[in-house]
Amino acid sequence: MIETATQSSLARKKKKPDIVPWIFLAPYLALFSVFIAYPIGLGAWISLHAWDFTLPRRPFVGLGNYEKLFTPGSTTFEPFWQSMVNTGIFTIASTPLLLAIPLLVAMVMNQNFKGRNLFRAIYFAPYVLGVAVITILWRYLLDNNFGLMNYLLDLVGLPSDTAWLTSLPAVWVSLVGVTVWWTLGFNSVIYLAALQDIPKELYEAATVDGANGMQKFRHVTMPGLKPIFAYITLLTLIASANMFGQSYLMTQGGPGTATRTAIYQITETGLRNFKMGDASAMSFVLTFFLLLLSTVVFFGLREKKDAKS
Amino acid sequence: MKLTKSSLRYSLLIALALIYISPIIFMLVTSFKTQSGATSYPPTWIPDPFTTQAYETILNPANDTPVFRWFLNSMFAATMHALLVVAIASLAAYPLARLKFKGKKLIQGLVVITLLVPPVILIIPSFNIVNDLGWLNNLIAIIVPTAAGAFGVFLMRQFFLSIPLELEEAARIDGANRWQIFTKIVLPLSKPGMATLGLLAFLSNWNDFLWPLFVLFDNSLKTLPAGLANLQGSNAVRYDLLMAGAVVASVPVLILFFFLQRFVVEGVARSGVKG
Repeated sequence: MIETATQSSLARKKKKPDIVPWIFLAPYLALFSVFIAYPIGLGAWISLHAWDFTLPRRPFVGLGNYEKLFTPGSTTFEPFWQSMVNTGIFTIASTPLLLAIPLLVAMVMNQNFKGRNLFRAIYFAPYVLGVAVITILWRYLLDNNFGLMNYLLDLVGLPSDTAWLTSLPAVWVSLVGVTVWWTLGFNSVIYLAALQDIPKELYEAATVDGANGMQKFRHVTMPGLKPIFAYITLLTLIASANMFGQSYLMTQGGPGTATRTAIYQITETGLRNFKMGDASAMSFVLTFFLLLLSTVVFFGLREKKDAKS
Repeated sequence: MKLTKSSLRYSLLIALALIYISPIIFMLVTSFKTQSGATSYPPTWIPDPFTTQAYETILNPANDTPVFRWFLNSMFAATMHALLVVAIASLAAYPLARLKFKGKKLIQGLVVITLLVPPVILIIPSFNIVNDLGWLNNLIAIIVPTAAGAFGVFLMRQFFLSIPLELEEAARIDGANRWQIFTKIVLPLSKPGMATLGLLAFLSNWNDFLWPLFVLFDNSLKTLPAGLANLQGSNAVRYDLLMAGAVVASVPVLILFFFLQRFVVEGVARSGVKG
């Protein structure tokens, strides 16, 4: 506050704009302009052209690329919408698991026991490894000739001939399972921080009132997690909707194109076949869906909170 | 009675943790197997015969698997990227935390909007821009373009706000200018924040897969994730080599993580609490 007052009185005395803040901001603004603001505009521009990266002539086609995306039978309609459906399947299957399991893990971690930090580190470790390493690892474990997974299933007497990487619907189980294993620790850590912010007195008061574990969870833990829950939901939905590496490396989008996600389709169209006009139009449609989803989740979860409190 | 119950629960916790981490242990085990040992059935938990052949093969520069080269590329790119992110975010966050100027609201708005921009919308145009800059097939393409993130600015701003204002005012009275205050007082007090941000930036760059996959072409220029993907795509999949490569890619980040766990976890938790 004092700072604010001296600043403005100084500014009044000098009567010229202070350039100091802008010197500090210059590198950020330069990168922001070149690699965030400009690309958004350029992307929109590209999407209005038949923009083949390998050809010098990139004729203007207006909304043609978008029209194609919404015209059944066109070259891009079927591949794009199938990839959107695939993305939807993955998102719907993985999000609930990535909201529930990490909460359980976080609640266990929130108790006082020896070696807690080591346990936390173990559950977070896969996330540190990155998508390339973990998919290569799981492709090996899920191999249906010599993989560890089918061997273990065989040991306990379950069917052991599932082609985890090449048959439907097993590929979805693999992709979702590996993703949950990989990113569970990330969500757990966010939950854990929120759990630790819930005042201990609330639990003590509930104990005095004779509440059992379940009641404490419903009336103390759940309300305490509410603000963070909307955030984790959004983060998880967006991460799932942007899934690429798992599908690219574990199933190559297969069988056929059954697990090719939207981003996979966009990179395939734009950066492999260099049909960048089509790919840009796809990325704008995907972005529209992502923003719509975010808005719905944001307001949906906020409304609930208002209604209850 | 109570003791047995708690030790039972403890054993259960340990068992679950072991199962959870077992794929990573199996990766390590397999990297010491022979080519046929890696694909023999049933799979075993002890390499027999035990060999370091896979490591010798992938680290030998004469072979078509320059894993060591990829390792150096990744190390260089991730380090430069982390330094750049910390520098840019600290510089941008300082005026947003401490100075009053016209247009501050606008800049803060821009930073918030950046959070809403889905990366997918940037992929295709960024490829064109990187090409126009002559950066395709060059490590600079994976160091610079993603360095202006909003998260870093928020994180550093939060740290700067927690520094007592009196310290800066005292320095001002002593005649220090803004730059001196920033470098001599604010930055030294923000080391934990810079460590957190730098570590997260390093990890995300080290593990980034999609972008390096498309902008780096030469085998000798690839980073570890893109290189490993290439290795996996080759005709005869050699799982002994792949697992050894995966171990090489994992060791630096796991070491960083286990020693600096506090910073990583705090950074992730903060991203949630402050978001």
